[in-house]
Amino acid sequence: MTDKKTIKKSSLDDLFKKMMADGKRVLAPVRKGETVLFQEVDGYSAVAADYVQTTLSAKEALLPRCEEMMRFTTAQSTVSLEEGPAKPSPVVVFGVRPCDARSIAVVNAVYLKDYNDALYKEKSDSTTIIAVSCAKSDEYCFCTSVGGSPGSTEGSDILLTLIDGDTYLAEILTDKGKAVVSIAPALFAAAGSEVKEKHLADVPVQFDLGALEKKLPGAFDGAVWITQSLRCIGCGTCSYVCPACTCFDIQDETDGTRGMRFRCWDSCGFGQFTLHTSGHNPREVQSQRWRQRIMHKFSYQPDQLQVVGCVGCGRCSRACPVDMNILQHIKDIVEAR
Amino acid sequence: MQDKIIQKAKELLSGGAVQVVIGYGQGTGDRVRAIFIQKPEDAGRLIMDGRCVQNLAGYLMKHEVRALGRAAIVARMPVLRSIAQLMYEEQFKDSDVAVIGISDANELVDLPDLNALKEYVRANPLKLTPEEQAEVDRLDAMTREERWAFWMEETSKCIKCYACRASCPMCYCARCTVEVNQPQWISVPSHDLGNLEWHIMRAMHLAGRCVNCGECTRACPVGIPLRLLNQRIIADIADNFGEEEDYALAAFKPDDKEDFIR
Amino acid sequence: MEEKNVYQPYLMRIASIIDETPDVKTFRLEFINEEEGKQFNFLAGQFGEYSVFGEGESTFCIASSPTRDGYIECTFRKMGRVTKALASKEVGDTIGFRGPYGNTFPIDRWKGKSLLFVTGGIALPPLRCVIWNALDTRENFKDVTVVYGARSVQDLVYKHELDEWEKRSDVKLITTVDPGGETKEWKGEIGFVPTVLEKAAPSSADTIALLCGPPIMIKLTMPVLTKLGFSPDNIFTTLENRMKCGIGKCGRCNVGKYFVCKDGPVFTFAQVNQLPPEY
Repeated sequence: MTDKKTIKKSSLDDLFKKMMADGKRVLAPVRKGETVLFQEVDGYSAVAADYVQTTLSAKEALLPRCEEMMRFTTAQSTVSLEEGPAKPSPVVVFGVRPCDARSIAVVNAVYLKDYNDALYKEKSDSTTIIAVSCAKSDEYCFCTSVGGSPGSTEGSDILLTLIDGDTYLAEILTDKGKAVVSIAPALFAAAGSEVKEKHLADVPVQFDLGALEKKLPGAFDGAVWITQSLRCIGCGTCSYVCPACTCFDIQDETDGTRGMRFRCWDSCGFGQFTLHTSGHNPREVQSQRWRQRIMHKFSYQPDQLQVVGCVGCGRCSRACPVDMNILQHIKDIVEAR
Repeated sequence: MQDKIIQKAKELLSGGAVQVVIGYGQGTGDRVRAIFIQKPEDAGRLIMDGRCVQNLAGYLMKHEVRALGRAAIVARMPVLRSIAQLMYEEQFKDSDVAVIGISDANELVDLPDLNALKEYVRANPLKLTPEEQAEVDRLDAMTREERWAFWMEETSKCIKCYACRASCPMCYCARCTVEVNQPQWISVPSHDLGNLEWHIMRAMHLAGRCVNCGECTRACPVGIPLRLLNQRIIADIADNFGEEEDYALAAFKPDDKEDFIR
Repeated sequence: MEEKNVYQPYLMRIASIIDETPDVKTFRLEFINEEEGKQFNFLAGQFGEYSVFGEGESTFCIASSPTRDGYIECTFRKMGRVTKALASKEVGDTIGFRGPYGNTFPIDRWKGKSLLFVTGGIALPPLRCVIWNALDTRENFKDVTVVYGARSVQDLVYKHELDEWEKRSDVKLITTVDPGGETKEWKGEIGFVPTVLEKAAPSSADTIALLCGPPIMIKLTMPVLTKLGFSPDNIFTTLENRMKCGIGKCGRCNVGKYFVCKDGPVFTFAQVNQLPPEY
């Protein structure tokens, strides 16, 4: 049974300070010009208000855009490897949307299946997610069509829902969540009979996920991929803003003696992604890459990992420079005869 | 204006002069997006208003678009400039493209062929607007340290999604410098140095070629004002070479004031 | 307990180098940490990520047989950044190796059967691992036939081993070079692999075929194998796609829903025929 408490908005700054005093870095959405980005903050006053969705997702706390994998020193004919990257310091990510929190299940499925990715696991273990339910949504949101909701608790350690102007209902969902409460028990009060549902955004279900998953395996050769992606310019924006996109590149950098191996975000939208050294490319043109994006999320991952690789946050569509709207394209695929 | 474009698109398609018209149509909410009209009866979907600013010229180079056949393109001034530059770089033949030109005064421009387009572009040289110049001047007025801090702060947001490159009609290289790895000229990882190297390299490669369409800035998901880099270079080129050159950095003149090239 | 970083390679010493062709080399690699070497096991068909520190990693199969202890071998062509850096390494130098990754040829299930290897050019290495595995456990198999072709005599790899197989009475070796690729001394066939295979007409009875080569060779050889009576589930191959991680995470080597690195690289043609053409 989830432990329900309340916390005043005016207490959040105290909570932030207590968490920092406890040795945690606190990341929260901060407004920068037209964007809202997760950044380390030193108090609640820095947190952006009144946004539907952050520009980039919270995944960067777990999967940095550029992450050290190992260090090495090379001499004439010998190599020495140094200890892996320093242990990540504990992080609390505040203000994560429930859709983003759900995306952690996708990342877990990729990074922890078969081969345990310790770089990811360590970050994941030391990260606490304090999510905030969505009181509003926009035309790009479709979490409810992919199994989520504006008040979903999946993936969060604590979920806050604003139930009046100054009070959050706090659902304490995991041990990590309890640990946060235990740092500042006085800031939390026992919850009454408040229910969050009437405080959540109304996000209508827009397509039948089951029908989509049934349709895709037979749709590989369809003309729809070309039609839909004619305007796609092949940048990586959709992948990089996506909380559930996990593909990466590996790069070495060295000064000739000492060097590092990094992993960096990569995107199936890039032609280079699959290019063989010989010059042969299994996905030569953009329509094949667009197909891969949809197939991977809505067919391959459900089939192989039992998770849908999309949480309906709508970021890819909002950020796309050429208005590739994933919701619209999926609906078109579901409805096509 | 919109009706004239629709009319022209219908004519081009029904007469068989082109197989596809690249223009703007309704997008999500109040956005517009690039659309590809292949039948005269669909030409009514074309839109032309203040929202239609995406530089469509890059689509002329795209495999799947080229596969549709000869294209006509709805082209405001930045698109016309892009096409002229791409012709200068021998990316098109005259016969490849038809143009539905629109002037800065929002009038349909009759450009029967790409030579006419080149003449038109030459007659309307690229100039920064006073607002754009003011922004360049604002950066110029900073101390070096302030300017460095400004660009480090901006480029630190970069996630290397390469939307700036993908949205730019001038970035058509089959293998971009950042993908050339023997040697690896530009750091791939999105760390401070990698980001800075990338944007400086890109600005340099666009020197004298950038048409100031602003697409890089619009495309950037994290809001880096990339066009400022190029606008500064445009201003420099205008100061140093005058404004009448097709391509200042590739033109040779015997009376060049620099002597390293002689 | 501290989790091992799955991306951290073993350090390997280059024990020997053979120049197979002007741009193909074979390295024999030994574990610098002997304990790691003792614990290391692999099976025929698996691959690894070989690294030159500072340049990156490159994917190729383990070309030696699991029946040979104490070392692994890899054969590669000088092509890109990493293989060029590898090619400049000398005996005694240190490189990195992660693996073994991927599935294996189900050799255990082939006991008592005949084996037919059909391959071309630089595609012999992945099958060479199986060939030596079979020859080192020769009593488990009936006939072993190898049909191997290359563009020219110069492009044949493992020339010293081809000589050895040629001399053995328990291997039938047919080598061929493309017309014009022969030398005066060339005693093998002249012609393309599919044609030579058709002429040799090995029996498909109780036989497993292993086919590995460039796409055009595969395309033209499949009809010949079918004509000889091989069913697609008795023809095995190994696919390759661009890889970075080798362990199903970096996301680029998939063919449809399968990752070549994790679900492959070994597939039967019955499986390949079900896959979209993404390799």
